[in-house]
Amino acid sequence: MEDEQSFSDICGGRLALQRRCYSPSCLEFCLSCPRITLRSLTAVTCTVWLAAYGLFTLCENSMILSAAIFITLLGLLGYLHFVKIDHETLLIIDSLGIQMTSSYASGKESTTFIEMGEVKDVVINEAIYMQKVIYYLCILLKDPVEPHGISQVVPLFQSAKPRLDCLIEVYRSCQDILAHQKATSTSP
Amino acid sequence: MVLKAFFPTCCASADSGLLVGRWVPEQSSAVVLAVVHFPFIPIQVKELLAQVQQASQVGVTVLGTWCHRRQEPEESLGHFLEGLGAIFSHKPWFQLCRERGSKSWSCKATHWQGPTSHAASGEDQVMLIFYDQRKVLLSQLHPPAVLPDRQAGDTTASAGGLAAVFDTVARSEALFQSDRFDEGPVRLSHWQSEGVEASILVELAKWAAGPVCLLLACLLSLVSAASACRVFKLWPLSFIWSKLSTCEQLRHRLEQLTLIFSTRKAKNPAQLMRKANMLVSVLLDVALGLMLLSWLHRKDLIGQLADALIPVADHVAEELQHLLQWLMGAPAGLKMNRALDQVLGRFFLYHIHLWISYIHLMSPFIERILWHVGLSACLGLTVALSILSDIIALLTFHIYCFYVYGARLYCLKIHGLSSLWRLFRGKKWNVLRQRVDSCSYDLDQLFIGTLLFTILVFLLPTTALYYLVFTLLRLLVVTVQGLIHLLVDLINSLPLYSLGLRLCRPYRLAAGVKFRVLEHETGRPLRLLMQVSIACILPCSSKGLREPG
Repeated sequence: MEDEQSFSDICGGRLALQRRCYSPSCLEFCLSCPRITLRSLTAVTCTVWLAAYGLFTLCENSMILSAAIFITLLGLLGYLHFVKIDHETLLIIDSLGIQMTSSYASGKESTTFIEMGEVKDVVINEAIYMQKVIYYLCILLKDPVEPHGISQVVPLFQSAKPRLDCLIEVYRSCQDILAHQKATSTSP
Repeated sequence: MVLKAFFPTCCASADSGLLVGRWVPEQSSAVVLAVVHFPFIPIQVKELLAQVQQASQVGVTVLGTWCHRRQEPEESLGHFLEGLGAIFSHKPWFQLCRERGSKSWSCKATHWQGPTSHAASGEDQVMLIFYDQRKVLLSQLHPPAVLPDRQAGDTTASAGGLAAVFDTVARSEALFQSDRFDEGPVRLSHWQSEGVEASILVELAKWAAGPVCLLLACLLSLVSAASACRVFKLWPLSFIWSKLSTCEQLRHRLEQLTLIFSTRKAKNPAQLMRKANMLVSVLLDVALGLMLLSWLHRKDLIGQLADALIPVADHVAEELQHLLQWLMGAPAGLKMNRALDQVLGRFFLYHIHLWISYIHLMSPFIERILWHVGLSACLGLTVALSILSDIIALLTFHIYCFYVYGARLYCLKIHGLSSLWRLFRGKKWNVLRQRVDSCSYDLDQLFIGTLLFTILVFLLPTTALYYLVFTLLRLLVVTVQGLIHLLVDLINSLPLYSLGLRLCRPYRLAAGVKFRVLEHETGRPLRLLMQVSIACILPCSSKGLREPG
C-alpha cells in the first residue's frame, strides 16, 4: 500500500514523503530531498572558471586552467558521493528494529539499524538551529545501566529537515507500531 | 510479538523436508539451521539432534516442515507433512511452503492445543527473514564464548535480540560438519552441504603454529630474562637506557613479540585482530629495514655518510660561532650590556671549542660505529629510525647544554626580579600561607633591594635574548626528533591487517546488520533479507551488535 504526499522543509524546498505499508507490522517512509538544480551547478562552475581565468591572466600559466577543470570535476564527484543526500528512508519492523538509510546522489547508501530492544521511544524534539527553532524527530535509546534513563538521542531525517506537519505523519505511524510492540512484548 | 522465522538462503532451493533449528522464546523467533530431507527415520533424526545438542550446548529441535513443491500440489505429501507434527511435537509448529520456480512463499505457525481438540489450534502471522549462513558465521557478531562451567541448554539470557540468532548459528558448528557426500543416516541441507570448506595451507599453518610458537616463546623469554638482570638496573646504565629511544623501541618490540608468540589463544576477535596487526607490522618493519640495509650497502652510503659527518659537525659548530659573535655585537640593532655579553659569549664559545675537540677525537671510529648501526636495521626500520634520532640527539648535545644554561640563567633572573619587585612594592611571599603579604622592610633592605632590582632589570634584555636564541635552536632539534618519532609510531601502530581485511574480506569486519524488504504480495508473509553491513575500518567493539548512533 503506497502513499505519496508533498511537504516542505525548513528552508522552503519541496520534499516528497512516500509511505509504504508492507504489513501491519512493517512500515517504510521515504523522504526525498530537493535535487541539485542546473542553476546552482552552472553558477558554481562559472565562478570557479572565472576565478581561474582571472588568475591565468595574472600568471600566464595555462596549468591553472587545467587545474580548475580538475578541481571542478573532482569537487562535483566528491559532492555527489559524500555530501548530497538524495533520499532518506526509515524502515520500522515491529519486534525487530528501526533502520535508517541515507542514499547519496552517486548511489552510495549508508545504513544504521537499531534493535527494538534498545529503543525507548520516538519523540519530536525542538532544537535551536542557527537562527531558527526547528522540530526534529528522534529515537531515544535505553540506558542499560539505569532503567529510566536515556543513553543516546538519535535524530532522524537530518539532511531533509522536514517541517512539523511531515514529522507528525511519521510520528503517528511510528507510535502505532511502538505501542503495538510494547503491548505484545514478553519482557518487562 | 510477531513471530519471526530466520531462514538460511542456501536452503531456499532445497527439497522438501523437516526444518531443524532453535526456538528463542524471548524474541518469538525460530532460527532454522538446516533442512532434513526425506527419507528419514524419526528415531535417527532425534539421535542426531541429541548428539548436536550435547556437542554444541544449543537446544536444537525440529521446528516444522519445509515443502518445496512443483506447480501441482501433491496431496499425499501435504497430509504426510501434517502428520509429522504429531511425531515431533513443537510449539509453535512452522509450515513453510514454496512453489518451485516462483517467488511466492507461504508460512503458517500453528499452536497445537492437544491431539484431541484440533479446532482450538491458532494460527499466527509469521515474518520470514532470510540470512546468509556463511556470512553470519564468518562475521563473528555473536557475543564471546560462554564459560564452560555454565549449564548446558539455552544460551545466556543477556544475549538479546539478534545477537542470540548469531550466537545460535555460530555455536552449531557440529551440525554443519557433514556434507552431502557423507554416508550418514540422515541427509541434511545447510551452507556446507555442497562440501565442507577448508584450506590446506590454513590447516598446515595451524598445525605448525603450535611448536613454532613454543620455540619462539622460549627464546623471547630468555631474551627478556637477560635484559631484566641486575646489571642493567644500576644507576648510570638505567639512566642512559631510559633516555635512549632505541631501547624504548626495542623493549616495545620485545613486548609485542612476546604477546604474539604466547601460547595462550586469543579470547575474543578483538584480541585476535590486535595480535594479527602486531605481527603484520613487525613483518613489514623487518622487510623495510632489510630494504634499507640493502640500499645502504649497494651504494656504499655508509662510507660516504661517515666521511661527510665530521665536516657537517664542523660546519654546524662554525655557524654557532658566527651566531655567538653576532650576539656579542649588536644583534638586530639591540644594545646589549657589553660585560655580560662578553662573559656569556666567551663561555659558550669555549664549550663549542671543547665539543669540536671531542668530535675530532672520535673521528677514526665513526665509520665502524655507523656500519654496526646500519646492521641493526635488520631488526626493523623503526629501530634504525630510533638510532638515527639518538645520533641526532648526541650530535646536538652542545645545543642542549646551551639551552639548559640559558634557561637556568633566565629562570634565576626572573625569580630574582619577581621577588625584588615585590620588595619594591613593600610586599613579601609568605611560604607558609602560599600567598603575597605586605611586609615592612628596613631602610637598608629597601636600598639594597632596589639597587639589585635595577641591575637585574637592565641586564634582562641580554639574558632574554640568549635564552630566546638557544630555545629556538633547541626547538628546531626537538622538532626534527619529533618527526622521526612520529614516523616510528606510525609504523608501530598502523593496523595493516585490518586494512587488508577491509579490502579483501570485508565481511570479517562486520559492524551490524541491515534489512531489505523483498517483493511483497498481499496475503503472503512479509519477507526480509538480513545482510551484514561492513564497518568503516576497524571493528569498534566485540560486544556484538552495538550500533553507532
